[in-house]
Amino acid sequence: MALMNLLEAINHTLDQQLTLNDDVVLFGEDVGLAGGVFRTTADLQKKHGEKRVFDTPISEAAIIGSAIGMAVGGLRPVAEIQFSGFLFPGYNELVTHAARMRNRSRGRWFLPMVVRMPYGGGVRALEHHSESLETLIAHIPGLKLVIPSTPYDAKGLLTAAIKDNDPVVFMEPKRIYRAFRQEVPEEEYEIPLGKARIVRPGSRITVVAWGAMVRETENALKLLGDADAELIDLRTIAPFDKETIIDSVKKTGRILIVHEAVKSFGPAAEIIASVNEEVFYHLEVPPARLTGFDITVPLARGEHYHMVDPKRIAREIKRMLSLKA
Amino acid sequence: MLFKKYDPLKKKVFRVLGQEGKIVNKDYEPAWSDEELLAIYRQMALGRIADIKAIQFQRQGRMLTFVPNQGQEAAQIGPMLALKKTDWLVPGFREFNALLAHGLDLETAYLYWYGNEMGSKYPENVRALPVNIIIGTQINHAVGLAYARRLKNTDEVVITFIGDGGTSHGEFHEGMNFGAVLDAPLIAVIQNNQWAISTPRAKATKSETLAQKAIAYGIPGIQVDGNDLFAMHAATKEAAERARRGEGPTLIEALTYRLGAHTTSDNPDLYRSEEETAEWLERDPLKRFRIYLTEKGLWDDDREEKLQAELNDQVLEAFKKVEARGAVAPEDIFRYTYEKMTPELEKQLRSLREYLAREAQ
Ligand SMILES: Cc1ncc(C[n+]2csc(CCOP(=O)(O)OP(=O)(O)O)c2C)c(N)n1
Ligand SMILES: [Mg+2]
Repeated sequence: MALMNLLEAINHTLDQQLTLNDDVVLFGEDVGLAGGVFRTTADLQKKHGEKRVFDTPISEAAIIGSAIGMAVGGLRPVAEIQFSGFLFPGYNELVTHAARMRNRSRGRWFLPMVVRMPYGGGVRALEHHSESLETLIAHIPGLKLVIPSTPYDAKGLLTAAIKDNDPVVFMEPKRIYRAFRQEVPEEEYEIPLGKARIVRPGSRITVVAWGAMVRETENALKLLGDADAELIDLRTIAPFDKETIIDSVKKTGRILIVHEAVKSFGPAAEIIASVNEEVFYHLEVPPARLTGFDITVPLARGEHYHMVDPKRIAREIKRMLSLKA
Repeated sequence: MLFKKYDPLKKKVFRVLGQEGKIVNKDYEPAWSDEELLAIYRQMALGRIADIKAIQFQRQGRMLTFVPNQGQEAAQIGPMLALKKTDWLVPGFREFNALLAHGLDLETAYLYWYGNEMGSKYPENVRALPVNIIIGTQINHAVGLAYARRLKNTDEVVITFIGDGGTSHGEFHEGMNFGAVLDAPLIAVIQNNQWAISTPRAKATKSETLAQKAIAYGIPGIQVDGNDLFAMHAATKEAAERARRGEGPTLIEALTYRLGAHTTSDNPDLYRSEEETAEWLERDPLKRFRIYLTEKGLWDDDREEKLQAELNDQVLEAFKKVEARGAVAPEDIFRYTYEKMTPELEKQLRSLREYLAREAQ
């Protein structure tokens, strides 16, 4: 066991997978010598060599497209997109090929590949460096989307993602890369994809969050004192763990989804629709979501208006608890 | 003519003002008056000081991430001097100096890096698109803009910039190819500053030069000493003449160097040597221009000192204004999403206002 922050846990996991499996290769812009713009891949090239850990030219299409070829060719590529805002030149490859190869070839070809990328706001970054684009991945059949919220989970989820035989997009909440440390076991372990985590049990309201919003919600609950809320960290956005959410709503009768992504057509819409379909009669009050506004993420001087924060979450939980069933 | 003489495949580099501040190519020494030469030096010095100050403000927590330009002043200002105010600039993200040289005021230029979208709203008379962070996309915008201005029967040309690393992007090639096919009145300048964050130029492409990529597009390409303002000016001037004659795009590779960090969040010590940077410091574009002026009897240490003090005040003044108007109002983050606010956006803005009002109590 060692104390690690999210960034260190990811670095450690990549290192471990490169060590344990010769098929794992790691590449992207500036991931080699420099170890990535956040230093997530620091020292991995030195340790595992330039053939397995390497820089690419600036071309996201080349990065994701070649990962597809590598996966067919017997490797387990772990590709990095420097920021999720730069995914789009490679999005074509992800949607038109990565997501469909298994289906198109009726199972003959499948793609054990991971595409990692830092995502999310709250760091007062430049334009295109703060988006939360979960929907654009989760909406595509054939792609999985995983978002860790703690160092411990990051290791287990990334390990599972690398071992998974389908393309997994792994979004890293950069805002909490260095936010806190946690004990992370040295030995390899997996956290199954598609399984949520109950962060803390409760009986009066279900709150679903992921990524940096888990911590924000925990802080909101601290502000509230004893709200008796059940906090669920979704961990995998696609496919998501309906069962855990539904079981929780059966118990609490209230559900709030918290996400950074913009509201309209955001992940909360899908979760709430599922709750309505499955446990509508268990709901005591209308389901609610607290999300980003339907706007382009503002530059730093306006970003605080847009970000969901503990105060806003606490206020919303209080409002929902005050509603009479 | 120029483009025939400097074949990028033969690695011929176009140079007018040598590293020692001496004219090495008489034919292209510009016929600028003393006043004009001094104004150009002032422009370069302003860019330099504004850059140094921006980094200081950032270190003091008053400015957000900034993208330094130091070392690339000639590569940006030279081309802009060859164009008219009615021509168009489609920048990438490291064209702070090009924007200023095209008439953008320092206050607005700063405001963007200060983190306020009003810093992308340029005055009416500045024909430039905002800073573009998404590498490669600007080339196609420039192609379309150039095509449109031709169709509108103007003789305007469009200049766009990209980095050495950016030339490995698909959209760079798509844009150059399309621009060539359309004979678009376009000038594309590659600021080859030798690095793309930590990735050296040699790892971006196996081509010996970036200028030679023009051959595949069927257009002229030339390697120019990017720290030589005269050469950058002359090459752009010929490219603009070609474009105005309807002969299509030109690709100019400016050999220059990013003396500073990639951004204020970057640490170049991780990937490049101090010796390399020191070598390029010798080729500083301002330094050689200053020597040229000095030898012409137009410059001395006193004047330099006076100019530095003046520009320093100008920069501080501009930044003070930025800080005074830098805050963003809640409605500003909604208002420009569409031409008209949708009912849903109105509702979201109302909820934000209510929240802020209650919080303020
Ligand atoms: C499509 C896209 N991918 C990645 C990035 C991240 N990024 C920003 S600058 C940069 C390096 C650019 O190098 P170069 O083109 O040489 O320009 P320079 O920074 O040297 O001016 C990278 C990879 C981006 N902005 N856009
Ligand atoms: Mg560069």
